[in-house]
Amino acid sequence: MISFSEVSKRYPNGFEALRNVSFTVETGEMALINGHSGAGKTTLLRLIAAIERSTTGSVIVNGQDVGRLNGAAIPFLRRNFGLVFQDQKLLFDRSVFENVLLPLQISGFESKAAVRRVRAALDKVGLLSKEKARPITLSGGEQQRLCIARAIVSRPSILIADEPTSNLDMEYAKDIMAIFKSFHQVGVTVLISTHDVELLGGTPQRILTLSHGELTG
Amino acid sequence: MNIWFSYHWHALALAFKRLALIPFSTLLTLGVIGIAFSLPAGIYVFLENVETLSGQFSSGPQLSLFLKLNATQSEVGKIESFLKENPHVASFRFIPKASALEQFKESPGLAGVMDGLEGNPLPDAFVVTARDVSTETLKTLSRALSELRQVEHVQLDSAWTQRLDALLKLGRLAAWMLSVLLSLLVIAVVFNTIRLQILTMGDEIEVAKLIGATNGFIRRPFLYFGTIQGLVGGIVAWLIISLGIHLTDEPVKHLMQLYETDFRLYHLSMGDSLVMFLFSAGLGWLGAWLSVVSHLLKIEFR
Repeated sequence: MISFSEVSKRYPNGFEALRNVSFTVETGEMALINGHSGAGKTTLLRLIAAIERSTTGSVIVNGQDVGRLNGAAIPFLRRNFGLVFQDQKLLFDRSVFENVLLPLQISGFESKAAVRRVRAALDKVGLLSKEKARPITLSGGEQQRLCIARAIVSRPSILIADEPTSNLDMEYAKDIMAIFKSFHQVGVTVLISTHDVELLGGTPQRILTLSHGELTG
Repeated sequence: MNIWFSYHWHALALAFKRLALIPFSTLLTLGVIGIAFSLPAGIYVFLENVETLSGQFSSGPQLSLFLKLNATQSEVGKIESFLKENPHVASFRFIPKASALEQFKESPGLAGVMDGLEGNPLPDAFVVTARDVSTETLKTLSRALSELRQVEHVQLDSAWTQRLDALLKLGRLAAWMLSVLLSLLVIAVVFNTIRLQILTMGDEIEVAKLIGATNGFIRRPFLYFGTIQGLVGGIVAWLIISLGIHLTDEPVKHLMQLYETDFRLYHLSMGDSLVMFLFSAGLGWLGAWLSVVSHLLKIEFR
């Protein structure tokens, strides 16, 4: 469960990215955060993963107040999440396989089981045949799917994706959204930010709309 | 335990991989560390060898006691009983003037010198060995002996070994100071290589932090990296010293044969080598740790 209550975020330069935002996403729910660029979508997601801290208000994830966690506890909070970053953050000096292996190495996974999990994650996103390739040789859509494989490999209970479909063709984007929906169907909490609501393809989803840092719907 | 092992294995493998990625710079670093260590360690080996050698040459804490020419038999007897009772004296040997003359005549080249003389110009003498080598004992003894009746001169045969000992002490002090300075150099070298590593690995560190890596997880490969560099640097130093000994062993042996002494150069002992390897590895670790602590904090999220 993710819960925001009266959260505001003001940056040192005075820019107020979020203003008095309150909402709750239940465990197993899938929600989209929609809004124009600069509306505060990325800031909202970064607050959840403790990459930034709110100026006022509290962010609660699985019963923990994220803003009050000390530095040593933050890595363990982050292991609850599968994060798909807007700028992907792939490691280009490692193979596709090694990129997906990284989260398991971080959580100290036993290596044989880790190999199986990495293959399963790559299979899920359709990249199993490219495990030895370098990320730079992949297409944009493939790189995005690689990010998703890295996010899901440790089987997180919460999947957070920041603009996962930007810069992708409609066809690719629909593929990506279908992958997220399949995770939602097996009980994972999914939170996706996007500026493009059309991708939903008419399926009823919860949509949180941000405008200039305020939640409008 | 299993997780602990897998973390360390992963960190060690990563450290080796990173070293192998920059072979040229790794070789240079190892060379610098090796040379830095080989200097004080080499001096240490040299001093050890000189000390062993001086031990072979010196005849122990000996004093020569020359009597006046007109000393009588009973006066010699008094000195003899004094030497017997003195607690500082381990042993002594009396050389009467007659046998001294015999010895002198037997020395090649000197025999003819004596023939022109009337009578025996040589005095009776005692060769005294002191109970211990300390300067204090030797001084007390030599003063006591020179105050005896009919003693002309007391000569401290081991004075030169004492001077050598003092020199060796000075050399050892110099080696220590050099060790301290070059240890700082090694720390600085490792510090800097790790700093460069961290700078080029900003992305990797950032991603790892974002997906839940603890600071320990990020630190560990760098610490292994520094420790490996230190350890291998120490081994390089050991090899440099071995090479030096190998190259000088024959000439030294030849030189020693001219002095009719059988002497071989000693290498660092097993224990000393081990201490050096541990020390160099420890310095590598320290340099890496300082670097990681001061630079890792600066990696922030974009």
